[in-house]
This record gives sequence, C-alpha cells and structure tokens, in this order.
Amino acid sequence: MSAPNKSYDPVEVEALKPEAIDRARDEALAAVAAAGDLEALREVKAAHAGDRAPLALANREIGALPPHAKAEAGRRVGQARGAVNKALKARQEELERERDERVLVEEAVDVTLPYDRRPAGARHPLTTLSERIEDVFVAMGYEVAEGPEVEAEWFNFDALNLGPDHPARTMQDTFFVRGPDGAEDSGVVLRTHTSPVQIRSLLGRELPVYVICPGRVYRTDELDATHTPVFGQVELLAIDEGLTMADLKGTLDHMVSALFGEGLGTRLRPSYFPFTEPSAEMDMVCFVCRGASVGDPDNPCRTCSSEGWIELGGCGMVNPRVLTACGVDPEKYSGFAFGFGIERMLMFRHNVEDMRDMVEGDVRFTRPFGMEI
Amino acid sequence: MRAPLSWLREYVDLPASETGRDVAARLIAAGLEVETVEQTGAGLKGPLVVGQVLAIEELTEFKKPIRYCQVDVGRGADDPQNLICGATNFAVGDKVVVVLPGAVLPGGFEISARKTYGRVSEGMICSERELGMGEDHNGIMVLPPEHEVGTDAIELLELVDEVLDIAVTPDRGYCLSMRGLARETATAYGVPLRDPALLDVPAPNAHGYPVKVTDPLGCDRFTARTVSGLRPEAQSPIWLKRRLQKAGMRPVSLPVDITNYVMLELGQPLHAYDRSRIEGPIGVRRAESGEKLVTLDGTKRVLDAGDLVITDDRGPIGLAGVMGGANTEIADASAEAADGPVSGTTDVVIEAAHFDSVSVARTARRHKLSSEASRRFERGVDPEAAAAAAQRTVDLLVLLAGGTAEPGVTEITTPSGSRTLRIPADHPDRVAGVSYGRETVVRRLQQVGCDVYGDAGQDEQLTVTVPSWRPDLTDPNDLAEEVIRLEGYENLPSTLPRPLPGRGLTERQRLHRRVGRALAGAGYVEAPSYPFVGEAAFDALGLEAGDPRRRTVQLVNPLSDEEPGLRTTLLPGLLATLRRNDGRGSHDLALFETGLVFLPTGSETAAERLPVAQRPTDEQLAGLDAALPEQPRHVAAVLAGARERAGWWGKGRPADWADAIEAARTVAAEAGVELTVESASFAPWHPGRCAALHVRLEGSRVLVGHAGELHPRVLKALGLPERSCAMELDLDLVERAATGQVQGPHVSTFPVATQDVALVVDASVPAAEVESALRAGAGELLESLRLFDVFTGEQLGAGRKSLAYALRFRAPDRTLKAEEASAARDAAVAEAVERTGAVLRGA
Repeated sequence: MSAPNKSYDPVEVEALKPEAIDRARDEALAAVAAAGDLEALREVKAAHAGDRAPLALANREIGALPPHAKAEAGRRVGQARGAVNKALKARQEELERERDERVLVEEAVDVTLPYDRRPAGARHPLTTLSERIEDVFVAMGYEVAEGPEVEAEWFNFDALNLGPDHPARTMQDTFFVRGPDGAEDSGVVLRTHTSPVQIRSLLGRELPVYVICPGRVYRTDELDATHTPVFGQVELLAIDEGLTMADLKGTLDHMVSALFGEGLGTRLRPSYFPFTEPSAEMDMVCFVCRGASVGDPDNPCRTCSSEGWIELGGCGMVNPRVLTACGVDPEKYSGFAFGFGIERMLMFRHNVEDMRDMVEGDVRFTRPFGMEI
Repeated sequence: MRAPLSWLREYVDLPASETGRDVAARLIAAGLEVETVEQTGAGLKGPLVVGQVLAIEELTEFKKPIRYCQVDVGRGADDPQNLICGATNFAVGDKVVVVLPGAVLPGGFEISARKTYGRVSEGMICSERELGMGEDHNGIMVLPPEHEVGTDAIELLELVDEVLDIAVTPDRGYCLSMRGLARETATAYGVPLRDPALLDVPAPNAHGYPVKVTDPLGCDRFTARTVSGLRPEAQSPIWLKRRLQKAGMRPVSLPVDITNYVMLELGQPLHAYDRSRIEGPIGVRRAESGEKLVTLDGTKRVLDAGDLVITDDRGPIGLAGVMGGANTEIADASAEAADGPVSGTTDVVIEAAHFDSVSVARTARRHKLSSEASRRFERGVDPEAAAAAAQRTVDLLVLLAGGTAEPGVTEITTPSGSRTLRIPADHPDRVAGVSYGRETVVRRLQQVGCDVYGDAGQDEQLTVTVPSWRPDLTDPNDLAEEVIRLEGYENLPSTLPRPLPGRGLTERQRLHRRVGRALAGAGYVEAPSYPFVGEAAFDALGLEAGDPRRRTVQLVNPLSDEEPGLRTTLLPGLLATLRRNDGRGSHDLALFETGLVFLPTGSETAAERLPVAQRPTDEQLAGLDAALPEQPRHVAAVLAGARERAGWWGKGRPADWADAIEAARTVAAEAGVELTVESASFAPWHPGRCAALHVRLEGSRVLVGHAGELHPRVLKALGLPERSCAMELDLDLVERAATGQVQGPHVSTFPVATQDVALVVDASVPAAEVESALRAGAGELLESLRLFDVFTGEQLGAGRKSLAYALRFRAPDRTLKAEEASAARDAAVAEAVERTGAVLRGA
C-alpha cells in the first residue's frame, strides 16, 4: 500500500471509479466461471484475487481518496473482492468435487474378480455331525465319555452279556489284536462298538450315569458303497432309578426333533441285542417326505425309499446282567441305551450316496461342509 | 428263514384276504425282522399246461443239438403242438410243462408262436428256472408220469405264492421253523395254532437201533428210528419240492428232501444214515484230537478234542449238529441201464437229537462250517420236538418212499427240569413305564407258551414256566419283553427323564474341538484316515530298521496282509490322502487329521476273561488296561502346492516348512502352550528343514513332535509333489502342558519406544537363539520383539547372515526416556553378542 496521499487528485484515482470496480469484479467473476479446471482456477485466482489483481490494486488506492470518499470506495471494493472470493471458493469446491469424482471413477475396480488366494479349510462332516449330536445331549445334562479303540474283550463283549460263545459275538466281525508274543487269543480287539465306553462309564462314574459315547469303531467289512471297516458311532447310556422304555422313547423323540425338525415321530420295533432286554430297532419318520411318499409312486422319496421311515439304529433297556457285571444293583437301577452309525446318518441327512466319499478324504467332498453341520 | 404264505396258512387260519405284506406288518410289529415279501410267479399268465411228448425229431444242422417235438397238451384236434427245444434230458412219453402262445412267463417274457431253427415253435417246453422255481437249468423239467395231460401247471407247480424272508435274531431259534413262525402269526392275529409237532409218538423201546451217548452234556437227547424197504427210485412229489424251493433249499433226493422238510417244518435238524453203511452202534462222544472225518461237503477235517461227534465202530461218522460224514451218506439212486433196476439206499436210520448250543457253535466256528443244522442248534432247538420230528420223518418216508417203519424206537434222554422264573406281576409295567395290569401280563405270557401261576397268598408274584422251545427266556426282563412286544412297542408312551445337571464338555473335549476349528480356519481340510499300516508305509517314510514307530500293534485278521498293523503315526494315512487328492487334480492342499495312534508298551499282558457275575476288582480292571497299548491322540497336518495361489492380485506362495511349523504352533496356541523350536534331523523330514517341537511339562522340556519339509526321497517314494510339508504332534502331551487360564495382561497406555537392531551371526546360528538372547538381555521393558528381515550377501561374508529386529520398549508407569530405551537395547545386543557371537551391524 502506498503512503497516504494528502494532495490527491480524484481524476487520477481512475481505478476507484465505480465503473472500474464493477468492471474488474465482473471480469473476475467471468474468469472464475470460465475456469475449466483447478489449474485454470489457480491462474484466475492469481490474476483476479492476487496481489497484482485490479481489485487489489484498487484497494491500495483507497488511502489516496479524500476522507469523505474513503468509506464509499472501501465498501465498494470490499464488496467486489468478497463476491470474487466467494465465487472463487465456490468454484474451487465445485472443481474439487468434480476432480474427486473423476478420480473415484478412475479408481473403480471390478469387484466381481474372484478371490481364492488361500483355499478354504473345513472340518470333516463326520466330526461335526458327531459334535452336533453330542451337543443335543449335553444340553439335556448328559456328559461325553470316551475310551480306547484297542480294547479288552471283557469290555467289548463279556461285560455286555456277550459271552465267549454267544452267537452275536461272531456276528460282529471283529478285528482281533495279537498279544505281544504274537498270540491270537490275547483277549484284546479293536472295539466293535462304543459300548465298552458305557461299561467304563458305569465302572468309573458316580450313579446316576447319563453319558453319550461317540467314537470310532471297527468291523472286518471291506470298503464299498455301503460298508466301511472303520466307522463312527454314537451311543447313549442312561442309568438311574426308575428309568423306563417310555423314557427311552421320549429321549429318542427329543433327539430326532433336535436334529431333524419338530414333530417327527419315532418308532420302536422289537429286536435282539445281548446287552439290552427288551431290545428294539429305532426308526424315525422320514424328515424329507414325512411319509407322504408311501404308496405314491408319482412322488418317490429317495431318502426313505418311499418307506416313510428311516432306520436309525438299535436300542433297548440295559440288560440287568450288564449292570451286575459293573457292580450296579439292577434291583435299584435301570436304564436305557441306544446307538447308531454316524456315516449312515450323514448319508441320509445330507444325501451322501457313497460311503467311500466319507472315508477317502477328498477335499472336494469335505469343503462344502465348513465348520459346523 | 423263508416262509411261504401258503405253507403258513396250513397252521394258522388267516383271513383269505390277508396278503404277504399284511402278515409281514403284523410279524414286524411282533418283533420279527421281515426283510422282504417275495411274490413268486408275479406277472405269470397261462396257458401253462402239462404236456406229453409224442415224437422227437433231432435236428442236426445246428452247432448244438436241437429237438423238434410233437407234444400233446390235451387240446384234442388242435394237438399236437410243434415245439423247438434245446434240451435233451427227456424222451418220448415224458410229461413236461409246456407254455403256449399268449402266456407270459416271470420277468415279462411273452410267449408267441415264432420261427426258430428253421421251424415254427408253437410255444416252449419249460425248465425250472424259466418258471421262476429254482436255479436248475440243466434241461427241461420232466414231471412224474401221474399228472394228466392238459392240467394247469400254474396250480400244479404252485407257482404263485408269497414268501416272507425273515432275518431271525439269535435269541429266536424257534423262528427258524414254520412251527415257530406259525406260532407268532397265530398270536399276532389272535387265532389258534395247529401245532405240527403234536403227533402221536410211540414209546421208546429196546428194539431200536443201538445208540450210546457218552457225553450227556453235549447231547441230552437222541432219538433213532429206522425205516426199511424204501423204493430207491421214489422221487419227491412236486408239493415237497416246491416247499423246499420256496424256502430256499434245493431238492436233492427223497430221503434228504424229507429230512430237510421236517427241519423246516419243526425246526429240528435231522440226519438220515444209510443203515447198510453204519457199522455197529451209533455213539455220541467228544472227538479225539487229530481224528479225521470227511464231511458231506467233501472236506477232510481234522477234529479237535472239543468237537462232539457221532460215531460207529469205525470212528466218527458225523460232526454232531453240524454236518454228517460222507461215509454213511444216503446213496443217490442209480441204475445200471436205463430200464434196469434202480439201486440205492433202502434202509435208513433217522437221527433226531439235541446238542448243546455252545458245543455246536464252537465246532461250527472251529471248522468254519455253518450249516442249516448248526444255525439252528446254536440258537436253540426245542428238545421236546425231537421225537415228533423223527416220527414225522418216518411217516413221510413210509408215505412217499413206500418204506416200512420198524417198531424199534431208540430214545436216550438226560432229564432236564423245565425252567421256572418268578417275577413280580408288575415287572413288565416297570420296565415299560406302562400299566398293563396282571391279567394282560398273564395272558401274553401264556400266548408265548409259558405256564403262569400266581403265588399262593402273594398275588403280586408270578411263577412262570417257560416253554421248551424258548431257551432264550432266562431272565425277568426276557419275560417283560415278551409282554411289551405283544402289547405293541408302538403303544409305548413318550416321557423324558430328568438327568442331574451336567458339567458340559471337558477341557480336553473343548480343546479337541478348538484344534479342529483353528486348523480349518487356517485353511486345512480335515481328512480322517484308516489306521491300518504295513512295513511298506514305514519303508516309504524312510524309517530306520530300529525306529520305534515300526513296532506296531498287530492284528490277527487284518483286511489286507500288507497292512497288518495299527498306525504309530498319522502320517502314512494322511500322506496317502494327500496323494489321492493330488492324483484327482487338487494340487493346492492343506489337510489335517486328529486321531489315536497305537504304541505297544512291550509289557502288555493277556487280557483276562473276567467273570461277569459281579464287578471285577480294581486290580482286575487295572490288569485289563495293562493289556492295552498306549493310545495317545495325535494331530498331523500336511501341505502341498500353493499355500497362497497366484492370481490377479499377484504372485502366489508355495507351502513351505514354515507353514508346517506354523500349523503346529496354531495347535499349541489353542492349548495355550508355547512351542519351542529347534532344528532336528528326523525321518521322514528333510534333514535340513525339520523342526523338533518341545513344550515345558512338569518342569522339564518334552519333545511333542516335528514339523517341516518332507525328505525328497520320501516324497519320491510316495509319489508326492516336491516340497510337500508335514507336522505331527502328540496332542495329549500338548494338552498336558497347558498352563491353565490366561491371565489378563496389563495394558500400558504410555508411549512406545521403538529401536531396530541388525545383528550379524554365523549362518548356523538359529534365529531362535538370537531372539532368546535379545529377550533375556532386554529385560522387563521389552514389550515385543519382531524379526523383520533376514539378509545374506557378499558384504557380510560367506556363511554369515544378518537378522534385523524391531524392539518395542514400554514401561507400565511412565514415558520412557530415550536413553532408557537405548540402554535396554544395548543390553539386549550385549546378551546376543555374548551368547551367539553376534556383531551389531553398522556398529
């Protein structure tokens, strides 16, 4: 700013003429509006709002005016500069927004690109199905019991009322284990069911006993579409005062509801197992067709072969002889047990058609089952 | 047991409208496992008639003999029928079965007149197989001459029937007979049973064939009857053959067919000896070890001292209750000339005996010889039916073979009292959780065949005498089952017991689940494998001869002789799964398995067969456990291909040794256990890329497993991709090393002071040692330490490497001064220099 001008000449202060100020303002506003990008706007700003801009120069001359004219000129210049700055700011924001939008468009990616950088892991459905069954019973107050897979025959057979010459003992195609000296009659086998865990539970736990026994068992079947020499079983044992077959039925009903949906009934059919008396086979209403496919050849049900029922496994009231062998007083205590194969349940629950798929460990089979089932 | 419905109806008056399926449903509800109901002759449509062969023209221009026959089928002027036949087992005058145009044979085979072998055949002469009667296809069926030409053969041959195929459980031996099945059917329908065993039997006398039983425990009953003067040429009538066929047995000869028929009818196995071939009295005794016998199946058997045998003066002539001997076999009828006299067995001795079920079961198992007889004796035969069965056999031989029943009746019995149980009348109620009431209980037990008495003055007690055909009814619960099943399992109510509150899963069970989830979350797919292994698997793993993992628990009867042992490591199975997946085109693989391995202790004792009449003592139970191998749970993981795949995002990363160690750390972390890693040389791993993994357990350092890259030779031997990696841990040991609950860390909010150091050490110095030294030297102010670069290069000199660490220092209570952090860093470096000979780079 120049020094105050005492000997001013209004004619010489051309820049402060109202027309000049308006013209400078209008030129500035037009230039702002015409600025096409941020670079052009920066130049416009330098030209019209910078130190050498007409309005800035005019502002400098205000001091040269006579006092009476100063206020008028100052207001006029100030308004003009304010309008220019406001326009600049608005344009600046406008251009920045445009730029940002352009950049975001340019940065856009194809979000449909597949991403399989690390192949997914999964747990085996036989494991997770077993856990799911365990959870149903754990929620009822049962505990999960486990035991060895190489087992003494006494636990696997004798204590279960399967004496040395019991016909059922040859029915179950048993893997026998050699003694350390190579002996064939070491009295040790690969367990043929998880029932020995029931025996160990009765021997080792306080009464009443409510346990669920999941685990691997072995029979001398060759692997084919419907057999495997190594398979999973879940067995249940409940020993308490006053337990009845009606309790067994109710427990089965509850399990089937929890695993397959409400309102699916179960059916018991008389059968024979040495370790239970009375014994039964247990079936559940087909959870797919709910029996609707029976006698309706137009709507066959693959899951139950249009039988309306699905076989689950065997069950019954624990034979009092089993309790006696475990030191439990059969006069005071009674109870029930049941067991079934996990593979079979996985097959009908999830439409698995070939046993081999469950034992070969092909990742293409297992991955879709994920973490839980 | 296959039961033709038509045969069943002979003993039970079933409503005429009842189908095989209806009867099956009733029997299933009563506890019989009816597997199928077979419709024999389904879809069969006549005309199917008896014809007589009038003339045979042999056609010789074909590769095999073909006959062009003229057959009279009783159609008068329309006869004879001209029929082409490929069989030659018949002659002019024979009666045959002819199927005529318009008929449909089983299998939807429609018959029409058609030209074949240059002639028009107006139908077909049938074989048994073509009619669905049996498997016999050795020529056509020649009927006995007494059947009239033109007779409807569908009815004559009883072709249309329903057959219930029933899987009989081991407790229901009596159901291996029509008599037993008829009893169940009658009960199921609430109608009376015509018991075929109710026959008039002559009293025993001294004139029968001499029998000497020297082992009355093995044989408590032996009935012998003799029939003489049999016509050797007599054949089984059609009805007899048909019943045998429908029941699944092949007709053989009349005397054999009759014994089989009576066995099916009454459940009593019988044996017919050719009297002319027995020398001296029949005996029953235990075999002498090493005695020999050729059984009817032609097998020469060396007998065991436990085998019960039937003998004559020469020695054994039969395995009691299992199979007869060839040396007293009924001779097949044979003739010198086509029209000459028929020779064959004319006099037979019938044996109807009762043998101990355990003895028969052992013999059958020992000789791997399961027969119709042994199946029945093992499951229990009605001893009281023996005399009736013998009588029935005699009657049929007289009726059908023209024989004469000799008056002699031998019957040797060892008296055994009837079995009586006492049960509370409400015992079935308490087992079922249903109030049946005394009256129902008594009625149902009587239907089973029991005699039931109330105790005098004690109304709530019942005395129950079980029938002779139910040896399985020994305990009160057996009787309860009979009541409950006849009242219907389907009528049981549904109630829920109320267990005590449980404690949920154990820590161990939770850990097993967590480990599975953590590995799956880290990209591993669970792949449980079979535990069977053989030497080849260990050879492929490159285990040395003395490697303890080669010492396996051995199976007596493995599925494959190549794999007689149980795994001592999870790797053979898991690596086989890896290869299978790779072979099927999945190449980027990460698999895991948890499961038991079986480690012989070397001091296993034989497991005693403890009694079951009471709880064994704790010492006895401990003795059983001492017979078992160690069975720790292992976890293993294997990797091949890319751990991270290449893609649009950039380069991939192959799985390497570090991933395998990381998998082990993932497992240990779930147990809250820190693994210490040191380099090791251990098969089947790459000797330079193998980590031994340790934990601290009860104050000492314990090896829990290995991880790293597999040995190239192993990969080659197993056909696995290069650079495949593996880890295996003893999960039980890791679990035992768990330190318990995590203690909540104190989080300081004061600023962190970061210091980087690069240390140059010999290439052979493990990073773990440098890190451990830095930690020890840095003291309490060290919050964390991270190796962020490993560098080798010329400027370091050969055999040297530079390890660059970022150290973060922080105090819990104040802002650290720069000199404090530097001092801590210097102390850390000094310790590393001291322990590892490190040189601070740039210093």
